[in-house]
Parts: sequence; structure tokens; C-alpha cells
Amino acid sequence: MFGETVLKEIDEIRVKYPDRRSALLPSLYIAQREFGWLSQEAMQCVAKALNLSESIVRGTASFYSMFKHKPVGRHLIQLCTNVSCMILGAERLVDFLGNKYGLQPDGTTEDGRLSLVVMECIGACGTAPAMLINTDFYDNLSEKRIEEILEKYK
Amino acid sequence: MENFLLRNIENPNSADINEYLKVGGYKNLTKSLGMKPKDIIEEVKKSGLRGRGGAGFPAAMKWNFATADPKFPKYLLCNADEGEPGTFKDRPILEKNPHLLIEGMVISGYALGSEYGYIYLRGEYPQAKDILNEAIKQAYEKKYLGDDILGKGVKFHLSVYQGAGAYICGEETALIESIEGKKGQPRSKPPFPVNVGAWSMPTIVNNVETLSNVPYIMEIGGDAYSNIGSKDCPGPKLFSVSGYVEKPGVYELPMGISLRDIIYKHAGGIKDSKKLKAVIPGGISTPVLPADGIDCAMDFVSMPKAGSMLGSGAVIVLDESVCMVRVAYRALKFFEHESCGKCVPCREGTDWLRKILERIENGKGSEGDIYLLSDVAGLISGRTFCPLGDGAAGVVTGMIKHFRNEFEEHIKNKKCVVS
Repeated sequence: MFGETVLKEIDEIRVKYPDRRSALLPSLYIAQREFGWLSQEAMQCVAKALNLSESIVRGTASFYSMFKHKPVGRHLIQLCTNVSCMILGAERLVDFLGNKYGLQPDGTTEDGRLSLVVMECIGACGTAPAMLINTDFYDNLSEKRIEEILEKYK
Repeated sequence: MENFLLRNIENPNSADINEYLKVGGYKNLTKSLGMKPKDIIEEVKKSGLRGRGGAGFPAAMKWNFATADPKFPKYLLCNADEGEPGTFKDRPILEKNPHLLIEGMVISGYALGSEYGYIYLRGEYPQAKDILNEAIKQAYEKKYLGDDILGKGVKFHLSVYQGAGAYICGEETALIESIEGKKGQPRSKPPFPVNVGAWSMPTIVNNVETLSNVPYIMEIGGDAYSNIGSKDCPGPKLFSVSGYVEKPGVYELPMGISLRDIIYKHAGGIKDSKKLKAVIPGGISTPVLPADGIDCAMDFVSMPKAGSMLGSGAVIVLDESVCMVRVAYRALKFFEHESCGKCVPCREGTDWLRKILERIENGKGSEGDIYLLSDVAGLISGRTFCPLGDGAAGVVTGMIKHFRNEFEEHIKNKKCVVS
């Protein structure tokens, strides 16, 4: 179950909206932060904190791609491959992550270090290709640059 | 033209309220709070401001619908769910000029009789979330937000709502569903959000750039603003240019500038002096234009006549090395992924379009596939709750219209002969 600090955090969010269900997305983010992903237990905690049914919580959470329904590695790479990134080589970078790190889209490395999600546009088209690692943003990517960046994420 | 929306963004501390105040920030709010709300709406009406999210709906008309509804409270939602591929124009405002947006929202809230605003921010912009939250905190401290703004008895509260990676939430009724804590699926209209929106109350949803234009209108007046750029849809416009150009980036230019000038005068022309092949002028949902179709005025009225749309003003430049079948396939993969699943023509149609494009791209297409693509696209178009399906259909028909030979060659040669 959520600790008191987290419950207080959720309460503070609830009062910003006329209806408690509005706090669902922010609470799912909090649950994801606390549990690492939205396990059944995590979603039960959210349901309880907001007095919503578990089916509502799960049904809503499953709609949004940034909510994770399986465990992710210590560092989550979100690499864009939409058109502006694609034409500048983003798909080669996906292959590179596979060859060099054994990392497949929607997969996690065996050591639990890295997970990869292939994203739709992340709004960095002018400096494509681009990615997020956790909440850090990187652009103008090349194979070499990715290798250097990933050194920081052990 | 001097920048307004991107004013001061070269300053590394431009997001700080003190830096914003130094360049005249919040003076338009002070001025506006001395006016009657209906006079502010009148200025916006005179300005001719159209919504910058993609549809180009006249802002003052939307506002008047909302104020004509007697129900309170009214909610002001800022659409910062900039998800249209190719688009990154709101990002500099959100990350470098957040107080301009806040000032625009407070003025708009006052004009609309709305005391609560929310910025619906896409989940993919975590930096912007922190920057906006800090800017909002600063604005509260200096009494530009709160229960008694600048001692004038005006109330406006503002907070950020973080989306979670669903493109469809950029559609205003899906955005409303999402902020209510639901799946972001578009609503059937009517009723329109201006009457029945968030939490069943009158709700005004405006794009970041739209709201950020409001302080400018108050600064120079509606009449002067209406003289900038195109007569039918005036004002400055942010264009995000990506792909094969020398200087990709966000440019603030007068509405109605020619697509050619954006690419060659401002974005430095085609990278490595290669040959231009095609341009997607307004984000991935807008039909592609061939290289000889770029002498068109980039505004909401002219672009449909040129065979495309202004959309979000996201210009994606494709040179001769780009395979158009591949671009179409990638675009449809996107639409299939982002279709919310509510209505059948879009849900099933985008899946079929993607499948057909995938087999053509992989050299397994057959002769009837081009006809099949047009047929399926035609069955989606005009039959969906929201414009996502129309966008997907338009992409396919535009590609076939201008680059049919590439599709035929893929099918005939069973491979790509371009790249």
C-alpha cells in the first residue's frame, strides 16, 4: 500500500479538480514512480487511494502508452522513429541498440539495465534523431553518440 | 518582423519571471485588467486570430460561444499536447517563454469569466513540465496568479496536467476526457466543449500558440494585429521545419508566407544542395506536396486550395533520397498506433492501410493494392468522430496522387528503387 507521504501527495492533487477521477492520471504516474511499473498491486493502490474501481483504473491506464504494464529496466530509453527521425537514420539506431546491447523494442536487457520503447514523435524533429532516457533528453543522435551517452546510465 | 512569441529566447534565463518582466512581460496583463472582459474579446475579434492548433477556428467566435453560455464555472484548457509528428513549435514557448503563455492564459481567463485554467502537457515533454511548474510558482508569488491578481479582485488558478503519450488527446474532446481521468477518446459533437466540456461545464480549449498571441494582441491592438500577414488569418505564426534542410528549427514568420520562402530563405534550403522531392507542409496528417507545389501561401485559407492544409505549420522537407512508400508506411504505422479504437472506420481502416503499405514496402505488393489503398482511404474519410481518420486517409491519397509511380515501381520491381 502507499505510504502516508504518497497518500498526502495524491490528496493535494485531488483538490485541484472538481472530480476525484481527474487525479487518476497523476496518481498512475506516482504509482509508476513508486513501483517502477504498474503492477496489479500498484493499480490496486491507486484504486483505493481515489476510491475508484480497479477496472476503471486498469482500463484507463492501459490506454496510455507511457504507463508501463510490465517491469522496465533501471533506465528507460524512449527513441523516436517517426518520419523526421526515420529519414535521418533512427531505424538504424534501433538496429544498433539490438546488435550492440541486445536490446529489442519493448524489451529489456538481460542485466535489467536498459529498456527500449520505440516512440512516436517526441517533438525534437529539428534536431533528429532524438530520444529520452528516463526524463533526460538527447538529440542529434548517432551510433557513437548513443554509445557515449549510455556510459552515464549504468 | 520582430519576434514576439519567441522574444528573448536566446537569453539562457528567459524562463525566469524577472527576465520576462525586463522585456515588458505582464504589462499586457496589467493593461487588460483595466479593461472590460467584453472589450478584450472585441480586440481579439478585431485581430482575426485563428486557433493555431491545426483547425484554424476563429478564436473570438469560440470565446463568444463560451461566454454566451450562462453556466459557471467555465474552464480554460491550454492544449500543450503537441503530438503531431513534425511539430515542435510550442516547445520553445513552453520551455523558454512560459510566462508568455501564463500571461496569455490569465488575460484570456479574465475575458472569458474563467477562474480555473489547466495546461494539458504531453508526457513526452518532462523538462517543460518542470519549467512550467516553476514559472507558475513564480507567477503566484508575484500575484499574477491567485485569488486577487494584482489587487484587482480577479481570480485565476493554473496548474499543469501531464498527458501520458496518447496523440489523440490533442483532439479537444479527447483532451477533456483525459483530464477527467478517462481514456482519451473523442466525444460525439454536439454538444461542443464551449457548452458541455470538462466536468460538464463550458470549456474553452486553446492551443499554446493561440493563447500566447493574446498578450501581443493586447499590446498592439486588434487592428494592428490584423494587418500582419494574411488578411483572412493574420498574425505571426510559428513554423517548425525539419528533415533535409540546412537550418532546421522553429521560425516565427508572418502567416501567409510562401512555403518556398520558409524552406529556402529561412531554413537555408535543401541540405547538401540536394534536390527537393516533396514537402509535408503542416505535420504528418497533412497531404504531401510535390517539389513544384511549394509556391503556396502558408495559412489556413490558402493551403486547402493548394491541395494540403496548414495544420500545425510543421514543415517536413524530403529530398530525392527519400522513399515515399516508406514515408507513407511509417505515417500509417503511427496512425494505426494512435487510433483510439472508438470508431470502426478509423480503427480498422488505419490497420488495413498500414498492412497494405507494409507489404508494398516489403516487395510483396500486388497490382490491385494501389486501388485498394484508395478504396480503404475513401471508406475512412468523413466517417469518423474526429479528424485522425481523415488525416490518415488524406496522407495515403496525397501520396498516391503525387507519387503513384513510386508505388507502382515498388510493386513491379518487388523492392525500393529510391533508397
